[in-house]
Amino acid sequence: MCTLEKRGRVLILTLTGSGEHRLGPDLISSLRSALATARSDPSAAALVTAGEGRFFSNGLDLAWAKNSSEGLSTLVRLVKPLIADLISLPMPTVAAVTGHAAAAGMMIAVAHDYVYMRGDRGVLYMSELDIGLPFPDYFMDLMQAKITDPRTLRDVTLRAKKITGTEAKERGIVDKVCQSASEVVAEAVKMAEELAGRNWDKGVYASIRMSVYPKLCKSLEIPEESDEAVTKHFASRL
Amino acid sequence: MCTLERRGRVLILTLTGSGEHRLGPDMISSLRSALATARSDPTAGALVVTNEGRFFCNGFDLAWTGKSKAKLMTLVSLAKPVIADLVSLPMPTIAAVTGHVAAAGVMLALAHDYVYMRGDRGVFYCSELDVGLPFPPYFMVLMRSKLTKPGTLRDLALGAKKINAIEGKERGLVDKVFESASDVLPEAVKMAEQLTARNWNGGVYASIRMSMYPDLCRSVGLPQESDEEVEKHFVSRL
Repeated sequence: MCTLEKRGRVLILTLTGSGEHRLGPDLISSLRSALATARSDPSAAALVTAGEGRFFSNGLDLAWAKNSSEGLSTLVRLVKPLIADLISLPMPTVAAVTGHAAAAGMMIAVAHDYVYMRGDRGVLYMSELDIGLPFPDYFMDLMQAKITDPRTLRDVTLRAKKITGTEAKERGIVDKVCQSASEVVAEAVKMAEELAGRNWDKGVYASIRMSVYPKLCKSLEIPEESDEAVTKHFASRL
Repeated sequence: MCTLERRGRVLILTLTGSGEHRLGPDMISSLRSALATARSDPTAGALVVTNEGRFFCNGFDLAWTGKSKAKLMTLVSLAKPVIADLVSLPMPTIAAVTGHVAAAGVMLALAHDYVYMRGDRGVFYCSELDVGLPFPPYFMVLMRSKLTKPGTLRDLALGAKKINAIEGKERGLVDKVFESASDVLPEAVKMAEQLTARNWNGGVYASIRMSMYPDLCRSVGLPQESDEEVEKHFVSRL
């Protein structure tokens, strides 16, 4: 499902195997365990998330949903805390998008602080309109938080456009484009090491990230620090 | 600390001296006085704020605060109405930046309608993460309101990146860059004159500005006009 390895102060979370890394209850649980481990590792200073094979993640496990009585709404409900884990993670995060990232899979990618992607292959794609599904509210809040160019947001959500790494960089969804899967992972790890090298206070980092995306945090049910609490937090660090 | 001069209908507020123009109680008081004078000048058409020396504003006066948490909290509180004064000022505002802009200084610059800057020297830098402090809530609201291009807020707040004027222009921090430092103020004054010549009603200008940034207004304690009040205001002008 996924592995977590450590390279110096950088943790590398890999979605393993040559399949689509679709988010079903097992993979979601596996990812959340890995993120919990990352969160509680005092010497870990940055996280890179990558995929093996042709897919970063192709979205929710629709086959599982079809065979389950609770279906799709269960998976939508289960992915929410996974995204919340990433948004509240006390360290910088870099997505190394090594293959297609679609629907919930694209959400996982853009939930990272930095998104690196290969340019030679793979697309970002919100398939919902093509399948005939509306977006869960937290998906939309995440997209509005991270895709700030109005026309790009329109193309992603209202046109179901398949966007290559190169186009994604031009349009502000992706930070860096690399020429192969291995290069994107290497560059993501290098960025993670640079970020780790800044020696930032991890709690402050997470606090600042969450203050950048208050609406998203509310949508993900991450308990919001009131202004008074942040002010106290600010005061306590002086 | 600062001077206020008039050139026709344009007011020029200068942060004087070759120092860092750090915001301590005296500087803040001096700024608020100048802004109050500007506000109550019936023929003033626009405000330009500029600096002498190598710094626009390098943040709070940490020499004054020393290690006192209470004193830094005081400055955070005292600076809030300066931002409120600028956001509610009944005339266009232009920051003519000819030096470094850091921490609270970033807030001072961003609170203006337009930012003009020299291209050869000076950076925008939010030092908070490097120092280990979260942002006072109204700082973050101000940045979220003004920095909407992809990655800019992330790099400035969550990456503690030093951004020069040229990069600042691409990323939506700066409106216009000038190769020569000596061009910044004259060009800002020229723009101020052009805006003045539009003969806009100052009250309507301020009302529109505040309606663009409702979260920011709330955050700095500016009383928000209710929808009914805005409508009455609107109707009364027809």
